[in-house]
Amino acid sequence: MSLRIVVTVKYVPDATGDRHFADDLTVDRDDVDGLLSELDEYAVEQALQIAENSDDDVEVTVLTVGPEDAKDALRKALSMGADKAIHVEDDDLHGTDAIGTSLVLAKAVEKAGYDLVVSGMASTDGTMGVVPALLAERLGVPQVTLLSEVNVEDGKVTGRRDGDAASEQLEASLPAVVSVTDQSGEARYPSFKGIMAAKKKPVESWDLSDLDIDEDEVGLENAYTTVESASERPARTAGTIVKDEGEGGKQLAEFLASQKFI
Amino acid sequence: MAEVLVYVDHVDGAVRKPTLELLTLARRVGEPVAVALGNGAGDTVATLAEHGAIKVLTHEAAEYADYLVVPKVDALQAAHQAVSPAAVLVSSSAEGKEIAARLALRLGSGIITDAVDLEAGDEGPVATQSVFAASYTTKSRVSKGTPVITVKPNSAAVEAAPAAGAVESLSVTFSEQATGTKVTGRTPRESTGRPELTEAAIVVSGGRGVNGAENFSIIEALADSLGAAVGASRAAVDAGWYPHTNQVGQTGKSVSPQLYIANGISGAIQHRAGMQTSKTIVAVNKDAEAPIFELVDFGVVGDLFDVVPQLTEEIKTRKG
Repeated sequence: MSLRIVVTVKYVPDATGDRHFADDLTVDRDDVDGLLSELDEYAVEQALQIAENSDDDVEVTVLTVGPEDAKDALRKALSMGADKAIHVEDDDLHGTDAIGTSLVLAKAVEKAGYDLVVSGMASTDGTMGVVPALLAERLGVPQVTLLSEVNVEDGKVTGRRDGDAASEQLEASLPAVVSVTDQSGEARYPSFKGIMAAKKKPVESWDLSDLDIDEDEVGLENAYTTVESASERPARTAGTIVKDEGEGGKQLAEFLASQKFI
Repeated sequence: MAEVLVYVDHVDGAVRKPTLELLTLARRVGEPVAVALGNGAGDTVATLAEHGAIKVLTHEAAEYADYLVVPKVDALQAAHQAVSPAAVLVSSSAEGKEIAARLALRLGSGIITDAVDLEAGDEGPVATQSVFAASYTTKSRVSKGTPVITVKPNSAAVEAAPAAGAVESLSVTFSEQATGTKVTGRTPRESTGRPELTEAAIVVSGGRGVNGAENFSIIEALADSLGAAVGASRAAVDAGWYPHTNQVGQTGKSVSPQLYIANGISGAIQHRAGMQTSKTIVAVNKDAEAPIFELVDFGVVGDLFDVVPQLTEEIKTRKG
């Protein structure tokens, strides 16, 4: 038996940097350093754990759609221990929205061959959290998402989904799309050996023609949503700061009362 | 006037507050038609009618509870076919966003998630979103298909607007994918008696400065004096002091209450992402340089173990 796992990852602008929009109202990627989305590290980690705990022959492939620099995200995942990587890159992809991205990912996952797709819970830039569901819909396979705990055994994936009202146990047959939360377990740091080994691991590059996707199915012009304006949120007006000299709690209560909260 | 589909989030017939907020927004762009599914769907009608639903489409089936997400997508697709609405509105819960996304894909529509406001526009509804940890505000619209929009809780007021609320039973044929992911067990969360974090008008949060699970009782006491929900920073959750379901921030809940009280929270970008749109922000922190003070309307530099109990006492005294 063999198990083919594809981990979808995103290269995002560093959240601690000064993120802003470019003139075409897409995310400016030039002025802020990029990195593997922190939430995707959990996906890589869970994929590697599934591989390590399996008696099957498991291959872990990391997949990203993004500009040239997105290779950095793949390299990080490879140094954590993934076996190989696929980079979908094409100038026509600039400005592609979630619906379009899910098309590219679905075609790439199918071309790569898969039994299990593992994604993070959301990206740290767009933060929509819808791509795993879209991917499952496109692939026509079960969606087993937002798992804090995941197990793969005997052709089945099981896991725990912690919702607002209840914690649910889920079960589905492979092939399936899984997404994992930041509660699924701390992601490992790449070891020196891992970093050296990653340099020799294969990274395939595909463009839209490799995936039989027309340029009018993706990109900013063909997005399903239009951003009409983006404005910087005005800085909050400076508030009153007091130093507690023994009356801080009472002063705060006075403020809350003046604002009619008490 | 065009009809707008509103997906009803309810627990055994008790309609959750964010759905009533959706009805307020739906009335700005058309006439709300509510879709209530699963156990207790019929019991939602009176509340929905009171808040503006001209029609309520209901369907009860075990599949909605026994399988993840897809049965609800099938039902909304059937409702879309029956009504041909001008837009579909869903609450921005984790499940709500997944339902909305799959529906949009099936309809050939665009999707906007986490809107914080919605208004009618010449080319369809315009959604306001708060992005990049709330440092930017964008206005967007769906440019293809029926707009599917998810809206964050606390984005609109709940308004009484009595309407007919005519009940129609929705006919749903489940797709092949509907039974793909089985829910084999469900453990309901223990009720704390406090408001739901994302829906609460006031949120009282604790962070690293709380310094221990046992000390969260101070935060809870303050919350209870105000009828507030309790939140926690990632540092406090990762330390095991408070449950993850209460985490406020990028990987937890995003809240937008009338009042946010941050105690012992420095205000890292990941935390700000989850609370920066709160209307009034106050903070208590020992460190005068903590970035949280850049956001506050009122801040106290001091030891939370002195300030918070005094605040709680003062609130109790004032409330009598």
